[in-house]
Amino acid sequence: MSKQGIVTTTLQELYNWGRRSSLWPLNFGLACCAIEMIATTMARYDMARFGAEVFRPSPRQADLMIVAGTVTKKMAPQVVRLYNQMPEPKYVIAMGACAISGGPFKQGYNVLKGIDRYFPVDIYIPGCPPRPEALLDAFMSLQKMIDAQQLTGPNRPRHLNADAKSEFLVPEFGQHDLEPAQNSTVWKAPLVQISGTETDKSAK
Amino acid sequence: MNLENIKSEIEANVPGCQLEFVLNPSPSAQHSLRLDHAHAIAVATYLRDAADLRFDFCSNVTGIDWPAKELTEKVKVKKLVDGEEKEVEEVRKTTIPGTLEVVYHLFSVEKKHGPITLRMSTKDRESDVHMPSLTPVWRSAEFQEREIFDLFGVVFDGHPDLRRLLMWPDFIDHPMRRDYVAPDDFEYEPTAHDDVLQRANQHQSEAIAKLTSEAEGK
Repeated sequence: MSKQGIVTTTLQELYNWGRRSSLWPLNFGLACCAIEMIATTMARYDMARFGAEVFRPSPRQADLMIVAGTVTKKMAPQVVRLYNQMPEPKYVIAMGACAISGGPFKQGYNVLKGIDRYFPVDIYIPGCPPRPEALLDAFMSLQKMIDAQQLTGPNRPRHLNADAKSEFLVPEFGQHDLEPAQNSTVWKAPLVQISGTETDKSAK
Repeated sequence: MNLENIKSEIEANVPGCQLEFVLNPSPSAQHSLRLDHAHAIAVATYLRDAADLRFDFCSNVTGIDWPAKELTEKVKVKKLVDGEEKEVEEVRKTTIPGTLEVVYHLFSVEKKHGPITLRMSTKDRESDVHMPSLTPVWRSAEFQEREIFDLFGVVFDGHPDLRRLLMWPDFIDHPMRRDYVAPDDFEYEPTAHDDVLQRANQHQSEAIAKLTSEAEGK
């Protein structure tokens, strides 16, 4: 039928194709990773090939937040607030070691140990900073993720689920740290096996 | 550009100032001058304006925290023991009180010389943390003095806009002080070592204990 110029598709495929092909990132960078993000949009790497060249200056028009760089504790409430102001459907890429865990500044007094402590992150990119290719790879992974989403059923995405909340708690500046230090509904400390340690021995 | 000469020149021109020559015994031999609070502005203004010095550029201001430390030294003392005079070793303890110190580096763009180093100390690091600000003399010190106020807790009298620079206004600690205790957020440390490893283990064992008690409760 396609020879006669008739294309068949499902509503879900069309819907997902439309969303994944016009992801507009928020025009927003925090540190040196933002330079790589800017490079990704420029002619050499050209993120426009994936429909993501339109960086929006307003969170109201953006679909994708690329957390590009170190999130300081002083900046964290503003980042969460920007995320809350983005309309659904919205996605988050945590770009670089700092955004995913605090990176080289993890033990510092002023750096948040990963933005996933305050809102859910879809794609993590390691690197310090990640190369533009890594950002493109993350972007394509996100597109695959969107392509696989079901419009109905229990696994439907958050924006099709009226019960799922799309705004998250904005932390406040406390006397010693942000309060709360993490949003426990979003982030729970994973139980990790640190090799050769006391917990390891006692577990045996 | 001999610091001793500069010192005597300042002393001749700023009456009453008490300068202390701080010797640096290392090969770099970067000696410095410690200013007294009362004449700090006058000395700084002289360094900036004197025709042969013209230190017009304050390139760097930084803070140092010196916690109080106890020195123990063994001293041989002659004492009467059982009617005989003997040499006895005694351990003497002296406490050096803690202080907060601020260091200024000065250059002259006009004369193309420098740097010279100025120091100032607070009376102690808890109750009296005041110090005159040199921002009225060198405008470039403004943000750096704010940073020192933020991270070390030195209060600069005469600073035009003394607010925290890096941390938020409600924050009460001074993170660059030696006795600063960081928030205990070591829940997840995948590449921990040393002190961090200990804390991470503590958090992990607490989490495991909580999980097991919950499982037993069910």
